[in-house]
Amino acid sequence: MSGRTAGSSGSPFAPHTAAETAAMLEALDVDSEADLFDIPDEVAFDGEFGIPQRDERTVRADLRETFARNDDLTEFLGRGHYAHYVPAVVDDLASRSEFLTSYTQYQPEIAQGFLQALFEYQSMLVELTGLPVANCSMYDAATGLAEAALLAERVRSTSGTTVLVPEALRDGKRATLDNYVDGSDLTVETYPYADNTVDLDALADRVGDDTVFVYAETPTVTGAIEPALAAVGDLAHDADALFCVGSDPVALSLLQEPASVGADVVVGEADVLGLPTSYGMGLGLFACKEDYLRQVPGRLVGKSEDAADRRAFTLTLQTREQHIRKERATSNICTNQAWVALRAAMHAASLGPEGLVALAEDCVRNAASLAADLDAVEGVEAPLDDRHHFREFTVGVADAPGVAADLREAGFAVHVLDDGTLQVCVTDLNADAADDLVAAFAEVVR
Amino acid sequence: MLALATEVARVNFDQARFGDDTRNEPLLSEKDATAVDPGENSVLPDDLTRDSLELPRISEPELARHYTRLSQMNWSVELGPYPLGSCTMKYNPSFTDAVAADPNAAVHPDRDPETVQGTLELLYGLQEYLATIGGMDAVTLQPPAGAAGEFTGIAVAKAYHQHHGTDKSEVIIPASAHGTNFATAAMAGYDVVELPSGDDGRVDVEALEAAVSEDTAALMLTNPNTVGLFERDIAHIADVVHDAGGLLYYDGANLNALLGRARPGDMGFDIMHYNVHKTFATPHGGGGPGAGPVGVVEELAEFLPRPQVRKVGADTPAAAADGGAFADAGDADDVDDTTEDADGPEYELFDPARSIGKVHGFSGNWLVLIRAYAYIRRLGDEGLLDASAKATLNANYLASLLDLDVPYGPFHHEFAATAGERDAADVAKGMLDYGVHPPTTKWPEFVDEAMLTEPTEVENKRSLEDLAHAFNEAFADSDEELHDAPHKTTARRVDQTSAARDPRLSWHALEDGE
Ligand SMILES: Cc1ncc(COP(=O)(O)O)c(C=O)c1O
Repeated sequence: MSGRTAGSSGSPFAPHTAAETAAMLEALDVDSEADLFDIPDEVAFDGEFGIPQRDERTVRADLRETFARNDDLTEFLGRGHYAHYVPAVVDDLASRSEFLTSYTQYQPEIAQGFLQALFEYQSMLVELTGLPVANCSMYDAATGLAEAALLAERVRSTSGTTVLVPEALRDGKRATLDNYVDGSDLTVETYPYADNTVDLDALADRVGDDTVFVYAETPTVTGAIEPALAAVGDLAHDADALFCVGSDPVALSLLQEPASVGADVVVGEADVLGLPTSYGMGLGLFACKEDYLRQVPGRLVGKSEDAADRRAFTLTLQTREQHIRKERATSNICTNQAWVALRAAMHAASLGPEGLVALAEDCVRNAASLAADLDAVEGVEAPLDDRHHFREFTVGVADAPGVAADLREAGFAVHVLDDGTLQVCVTDLNADAADDLVAAFAEVVR
Repeated sequence: MLALATEVARVNFDQARFGDDTRNEPLLSEKDATAVDPGENSVLPDDLTRDSLELPRISEPELARHYTRLSQMNWSVELGPYPLGSCTMKYNPSFTDAVAADPNAAVHPDRDPETVQGTLELLYGLQEYLATIGGMDAVTLQPPAGAAGEFTGIAVAKAYHQHHGTDKSEVIIPASAHGTNFATAAMAGYDVVELPSGDDGRVDVEALEAAVSEDTAALMLTNPNTVGLFERDIAHIADVVHDAGGLLYYDGANLNALLGRARPGDMGFDIMHYNVHKTFATPHGGGGPGAGPVGVVEELAEFLPRPQVRKVGADTPAAAADGGAFADAGDADDVDDTTEDADGPEYELFDPARSIGKVHGFSGNWLVLIRAYAYIRRLGDEGLLDASAKATLNANYLASLLDLDVPYGPFHHEFAATAGERDAADVAKGMLDYGVHPPTTKWPEFVDEAMLTEPTEVENKRSLEDLAHAFNEAFADSDEELHDAPHKTTARRVDQTSAARDPRLSWHALEDGE
């Protein structure tokens, strides 16, 4: 048996006094907790992990030292993971333990608070996308895109098996999509960009009877605002394919409403609101047309009423989900990103419509002004296309890896795309340092 | 059944309720709706911008009050017992939140690895901790939840079989398994073979022997199973699956019961996920985020998602499966720091040779992984061993106080009581009035009217007695009384049917006054 007893330094989060433990053991008529375990000797573990117990202060100090090993660089990085200034009130309210330490709202009577917050989150996405159904989260933009492709396969109005995505797609999105469709009949193919946005003629050549799903982004992975969304949507619909738009809630505050360009599904990274830079942790936005309601992956909060005829919220249409439908569920997702959704909704509410639009407008203006300033540096060309940009754009230099390395020495992080191309991303958080970045470019590009 | 040790007074509980006779706290949209024309003052041409955006404009004091009120209308671990079976709703230590908020941890995933050595050190350390705790050889931290871990693990199994030229078509899953197991196998393109539960609530080994074949890609299993029973035949089960050429997948949802006592790797499992929001106490956040790292045995390591973290110069990602490796490794002042200064970076990213690719756009739920690492470091061997001890003690003590039958045993960190003739969901609603969260109801299905209960190690004796009182009182209520319950919660019984019949999923879909 696994006859092991913890020493005196047990879990600091198990509140039992020695007397309580003794009383409980006595009530159960056993000598020690070890007697309660039914683990055959042959598979019992009697080794040690060798992890010492540490007090809270030591762990905090250790981790502070660990994180201090990250170099303090000013990041001009984006390509799918963005952050904007998050007001303190969002941190404060979202950290309330009633939110943070709750779970999925299986008992709606006692969870009205979170349910309402998620209903409000869904509503904001409905407004931003123009589509009537938004779920209360996917893990991130990549899994959201992958789920959207799988949705296309389930929707009756479509036929075909080819998923078309831009060739310039973030690797994390493409590779996740490839894994998700691997168990389906779908295959993923690409269409080219021209001048960093959709090459409509080339796309028209690729779309055909076999196309079931066409994906386009605005802004694109290099920050270009896509001018031809409606035309892409028409091409998709002519082939009875679903048209899926990738974007984010800040961009959507200013750019064309996806519904107005024919989007059937919208996916993207909603954590641009509410979440600081966090090594790629995300919040998958997922919105779609009413027709696909019963095929939506993930949780949905709906309005209902209680026994006293008062308005109440509840998780709904759960027969789509894994805990009821098992292998016929619309997705395997269970635990999602609800708390990140809460934060995004709080941030959106704290900005209000004018604040959101102003933030989005700054994403356009800051990018344009940084591009112009960089372009004025000898040996630097920016941007490398004729598009409007949102937050980020590509930059041409003679030796991109070398320039990036020198910029790093000067305290800046930028993306290297290939030997001659960099990418920089500017938001409200690093705009103050834009002039310094330009000066550093002037310094290192010779 | 034991008598309650002390006379327990009924907890006088009332949940907050703001609002009027028709509704609670108004929606943000009912406080304000401001329409703006985003294109109006934009530098962008008209055809690229939208014409209108209508959202609430709320002052900060109103915002603070709105969300604080909503928070008060929400049950949580810090309010009281939350014995939701299979979900391991432990207390989430506050210091882990403080650690995760470190500004130096707020780095972008595309940073050059040499410039984020601290982040890589933590990821590497967590890979190693998890490998050791699970008895695995290599771990990926990328999957953002348990179900995503399952998907990753089954994708790894598929890649492994394909690499060996054996195309397999089936995944075997016990009927008692969690819904995500079935959904995962189907998503990965496998046919699901459902295994009925044996009379003792465990895997029916004969049925398993009959079910395996050369088509078997994997058996997905959790242990202790979903009613808390240890699969005593696990070594034999592993042989049966392996002999047929299949792999054994461990669903880590129930690992809290085994910490320091048994390791999936030693039981013969080839692949497992860790549910860090359960076992390692990261907050559940109202439904997420969690994290579902996946561990594998050495033979499968080359199929893991990319990238992985390793020490510079090491050719195996993690090989600490024998334990005992952390006496001082990773301590703030260990010798490795000097090595780094002298010879360049200590940690690097690498792509496993036959990687399945990616299962998340970046590297998963970083803020969750930080918390899990801090928790493991805080507890150490002693604390982890005590967690499984007290979790199991608590479940057994609570069960002993119940008037409801617990049909199977001996159980560990959780048990499935049966409400018998009563409706388990109704009993749960009755329990709400006692200031406790009820258990998971009506699952697993092979227990009649199941009430799957997992108190975790964080409840003390008195709190377990309060919980037992709530169970027993609700169980003793008449059908009419239960039908009317709950009374003391923000909402009375919520009508699920009308919500599904006429879905209203946004404030746009509500009529005035609804
Ligand atoms: C037994 C079991 N397996 C798998 C899961 C799925 O994990 P997650 O919710 O983290 O995706 C859960 C929990 O929800 C579970 O209880």
